Amino acid sequence: MRLGPHLRYGLPLLVFAALAALLWQGLGRDPRLVPSPLVGKPAPAFSLPSLREPSRVVGTDDLRGRVALLNVWASWCTACRQEHPLLMRVAREEKVPIYGLNYKDRREDALRWLDGLGDPYVWSAHDLEGRVGIDWGVYGVPETFVIDRRGVIRYKHIGPIDERAWRERIAPLLAELRREEAAP
Amino acid sequence: MRRPRRGAALAAVALFWAGALPGAIEPRDFPTAEQDALYHELIEELRCLVCQNQNLAESNAPLAKDLRDEIAAMVTAGKGREEVVAFLVARYGDFVLYRPPLRPDTWLLWAGPFVLLVAGIGALALVLRRRSTAAGAPAPDPGSLERARALLRGSAPDTTEGGPR
Repeated sequence: MRLGPHLRYGLPLLVFAALAALLWQGLGRDPRLVPSPLVGKPAPAFSLPSLREPSRVVGTDDLRGRVALLNVWASWCTACRQEHPLLMRVAREEKVPIYGLNYKDRREDALRWLDGLGDPYVWSAHDLEGRVGIDWGVYGVPETFVIDRRGVIRYKHIGPIDERAWRERIAPLLAELRREEAAP
Repeated sequence: MRRPRRGAALAAVALFWAGALPGAIEPRDFPTAEQDALYHELIEELRCLVCQNQNLAESNAPLAKDLRDEIAAMVTAGKGREEVVAFLVARYGDFVLYRPPLRPDTWLLWAGPFVLLVAGIGALALVLRRRSTAAGAPAPDPGSLERARALLRGSAPDTTEGGPR
């Protein structure tokens, strides 16, 4: 078998180009975005004291029956501050309720944060120990879960939501879920 | 004034390295030596999600400490290796495993290096074989054949063309 000069020099070049393309694509990915195995699964149940009223128990039971967002946040998390104006706008303008999971935070710090910046949450659950966070696979605050009316996690956004992520990913998904909700 | 300052510098260096040494993780007491061994094996093998290139044993991240606590509690409660691993995979995905499972969607990951090795050896064998057949059968051109015959006959013909000077 004799390779012509085209193949002889072209083949290694081709192999190199394919490998380079593969590795180049890998470079563009953010290694911190780890796909969650929870997407498509029922949201892990929890019941925790409410941040504002410690005697009141809040939890996943409150989320059933409608499309909702669960946002994991903390006062010590700077990226949460970055995301916060968008959550305020969504709470004001959109029809989707936002529930908060206050993660490993001191109550007084968290409340000061909400009172200073505004509170977009229906309630915030106080996960002081971070145990619920473990059940939800939280590893980088902020994280936002889209949960459908049957209580199934449909999407997880890691890191602060920006306008683009909202417009291109979350808003279309919410619209789709709402259509699902309307259909029996 | 020199000496105390040097002492301070040394202390600073010592402190720096002390912080970097392993063993910064919390000491724990397990009921049995097997549980202790299992715990250490697990935290060496499971990956921290916050500092992604460290395992749970090495990482100082708060989440790594929480996960160590969780694993220690599970091990103390008599949970086995598979149960602890399944617990973490259910929450964080295969990413936590430094040793990914062998499944249809990971076979390329496991077999890839061997496939490449076999392909490389195959290509090398092909090239070597071609080279040896090429060396064994040089293409005789009519001119040199003629000269060789003439040399064998003993009467060298005109060698001015093509011969070495």
